[in-house]
Amino acid sequence: MNLRKLKLPNPGLDDRIPTHAQLEVMEKEEAGDRPKWDNKAQYLLTCVGFCVGLGNVWRFPYLCQSHGGGAFMIPFLILLVLEGIPLLHLEFAIGQRLRKGSAGAWRSINPYLTGIGIASMFVSFLVGMYYNTIMAWIMWYLFNSFQSPLPWSQCPLNANKTGYVEECTRSSTVDYFWYRETLNTSTAIDESGGLQWWIVLALVVAWSLLYVCYIRGIETSGKAVYITSTLPYLVLTIFLIRGLTLKGSVEGIKFLFTPDVNELMNPQTWLDAGAQVFFSFSLAFGGLISFSSYNSVHNNCEQDAVLVSIINGCTSVYAATVIYSIIGFRAMENFDNCMSDNILKLINAFNYAENSITESNYNEAVNYLNQTNPDVFQGLDLQTCDMQTFLSQGVEGTGLAFIVFTEAIINMPISPLWAVLFFIMLFCLALSSMFGNIEGVVVPLQDLRLLPRSWPKEVFSGLTCLVSFALGLIFAQRSGNYWLALFDNFAGSIPLLVIGFCEMFAVVYIYGVDRFNKDIEFMIGHKPNIFWQATWRVISPLIMIVILVFYFVTQVTKNLTYLVWDQEAEEFPTLAARAFPSWIYVIIVILAGIPSLVIPIFALFKFIQRKCCKKEKKADFSVETISAKIIMDDKTKF
Amino acid sequence: MLDKILFLLCLASALADERCMPDTPHGFQVRLSIKTALGDEAYAWNENEMFLFRATLAFAMRNHMTGQQFNVSNIVVCDETERVSFWFIVTSPLDTSQLIDQENVEAAIRRSRNRINSAFLLTDKTLEFVDILPTLGTPYVHPTPPWLIAFGVVMGAVGAGIIIMLVSSAVQKKLKTNKKPQDKDEDDEEETRVKTMENGVARDGVYNMSFSEDERFTAM
Repeated sequence: MNLRKLKLPNPGLDDRIPTHAQLEVMEKEEAGDRPKWDNKAQYLLTCVGFCVGLGNVWRFPYLCQSHGGGAFMIPFLILLVLEGIPLLHLEFAIGQRLRKGSAGAWRSINPYLTGIGIASMFVSFLVGMYYNTIMAWIMWYLFNSFQSPLPWSQCPLNANKTGYVEECTRSSTVDYFWYRETLNTSTAIDESGGLQWWIVLALVVAWSLLYVCYIRGIETSGKAVYITSTLPYLVLTIFLIRGLTLKGSVEGIKFLFTPDVNELMNPQTWLDAGAQVFFSFSLAFGGLISFSSYNSVHNNCEQDAVLVSIINGCTSVYAATVIYSIIGFRAMENFDNCMSDNILKLINAFNYAENSITESNYNEAVNYLNQTNPDVFQGLDLQTCDMQTFLSQGVEGTGLAFIVFTEAIINMPISPLWAVLFFIMLFCLALSSMFGNIEGVVVPLQDLRLLPRSWPKEVFSGLTCLVSFALGLIFAQRSGNYWLALFDNFAGSIPLLVIGFCEMFAVVYIYGVDRFNKDIEFMIGHKPNIFWQATWRVISPLIMIVILVFYFVTQVTKNLTYLVWDQEAEEFPTLAARAFPSWIYVIIVILAGIPSLVIPIFALFKFIQRKCCKKEKKADFSVETISAKIIMDDKTKF
Repeated sequence: MLDKILFLLCLASALADERCMPDTPHGFQVRLSIKTALGDEAYAWNENEMFLFRATLAFAMRNHMTGQQFNVSNIVVCDETERVSFWFIVTSPLDTSQLIDQENVEAAIRRSRNRINSAFLLTDKTLEFVDILPTLGTPYVHPTPPWLIAFGVVMGAVGAGIIIMLVSSAVQKKLKTNKKPQDKDEDDEEETRVKTMENGVARDGVYNMSFSEDERFTAM
């Protein structure tokens, strides 16, 4: 059996997709009311905006720093080239060739594969729900940045006005503002605690903003991306310049990039790099296929794929540099404060003159005093000030943006300005990613004809936003943060890997990689070279399977716990680990299982449908005409 | 006579010295962190500064215990260190053998804390009266939370945007549906606007369908 010719039988493929000749006609006629990009820049900015999201800012720097700094670049770059770019090219090419969104594209390839499109829709919907909640939190912080002093720089007074609130003094002002004044978090995921009205308002803003930008599909969002995709780079540059002038920033950058080559031996490093590449590229959401289908047929998708991948990779590294310069500044501030506190304690206790003990002679002074007056010295309870500890307090996710970074901002002069800039940047990153998510929901809805076709696009997008908002109110509860972490861990991970693998398999072995090669040759003028052949057929699917299996195994075997903010806990203010209540496991299975299982279940459903309706189908044949295939007006044959 | 006065003076000063000592129950410890507060513009701590301190404290006592004329001599200072920390006690102006109790001294200091601080260009933190906690400044509470204002502005803009978009698409649709019936009407008429070539010159003419030889629709 010749492996190169391996292909599963796929009858009737030619009837379902336009031929090359028909594509040329469609191109010239500009027929149909399918939306189009105004120019290439819009398309590229939309794709870059979709790929570049919050993960580039708060996931990649953490991974980089925790997996050996500069050494992490090696697995990241290797997997970018072997996994990210081929998958991206595949999605671009299939969208451009079949000229349909994800559900329509997979249905064209084979009706049994429509499940892939439906799974993409579900995943886009679930991820969109919680991603927009993060945008709501960002808006809340943005609205609160228009005051001086910033609300997270002070503790509020307690009821008696004798001192500050205890929860705030025990942790920190930024922790208190995040966990109490923003989230008003409860202590367990099953304590729902009711809706927080200010978060509901923020959600309303987030969804309305998304609606107004996406109201007519890419016609409106294509204009919005000029700002939302470019502003983050401007803000990052401003922060870089500002950061480099601050004390301690260079330490932060050095800490980030110092390579630890031993981490390359750790398989977890490679797994995290692969997962990061896959999730960072927003693959398997269906949005990229949709966006590419609005291109002209002869657009050079190969070039686009390489370009978008390079931009995405470089943005990750750039954002990591900026973030860690600010984290270095914060660590230096904390270190200086720690030292001056200790020195103050010492000179108060032993009545030395000010400035007699400084950082340079601190250690000698400490040793001397410990030897001469051990009792007094022990009673002082000095804290150890270690720069490395402060630097490795690097967090990821919402903790980085809303706790660590906000703390750094209050120490900068003109804090409100930096707060506003930072949250506008996060907002733009989130919004441009949401365009891709909502495209991945709305277009399959239209393609699957679940709702009447005569309804205008505004109604589709409005309905999607409304339903997502209503269901997203889970995240506005007091336990909302825990629900969001749950969704992030399970809905946005395993199903995507499964869909991604199925996509590759479907295109290479069901659509046929030979046909695919010919299509690309028709579209861009030359056949894809050996690199693409090797990666599409073998290397990328293999990497996907390995990552999927390892991911699945690690999720299933580890004890499922989540971190809570509990004042009564011993480790307060550090988050305490709690086990999930048993009914959560049902939710987890629903979140991760349903999108993944839709693929085989729908194939089965279609199979049964075909079998029982086989007799009726035989009697019904249609006249094959070109006009029936080319979309001339609203009525389509599919 | 002179001997007696001298003896009494020595006794008095000795008594004063004994009562002022570290951890005295009648006084307080003071710590100044001048270099931390003022950096390069720090002044040196000398006798004159100490005189100013005693004078300021006497002022504070006068303010609090109205009527009693406290003097610089009523503020007794001891145990000065390099740190610039020392202890002090306050004697009554009516009878130097009597000491003012701690509560009164504390109340006096709390009342005039701001004046004492400003005399030395210091703050509550850098001019520390050990065991006298500074009163906390109430953080400013805005009448309307600023975030609600920002929220209102953004929601207003977004709402206006949505309405404009929806109205403009509805209007565009109406224009389209208005155009289509007009096109259909023109087709029904038995004439079409056609550019006819007459004598090599294109002329806008009206093609009269009823006299056309080539029928558009073939007779079945």
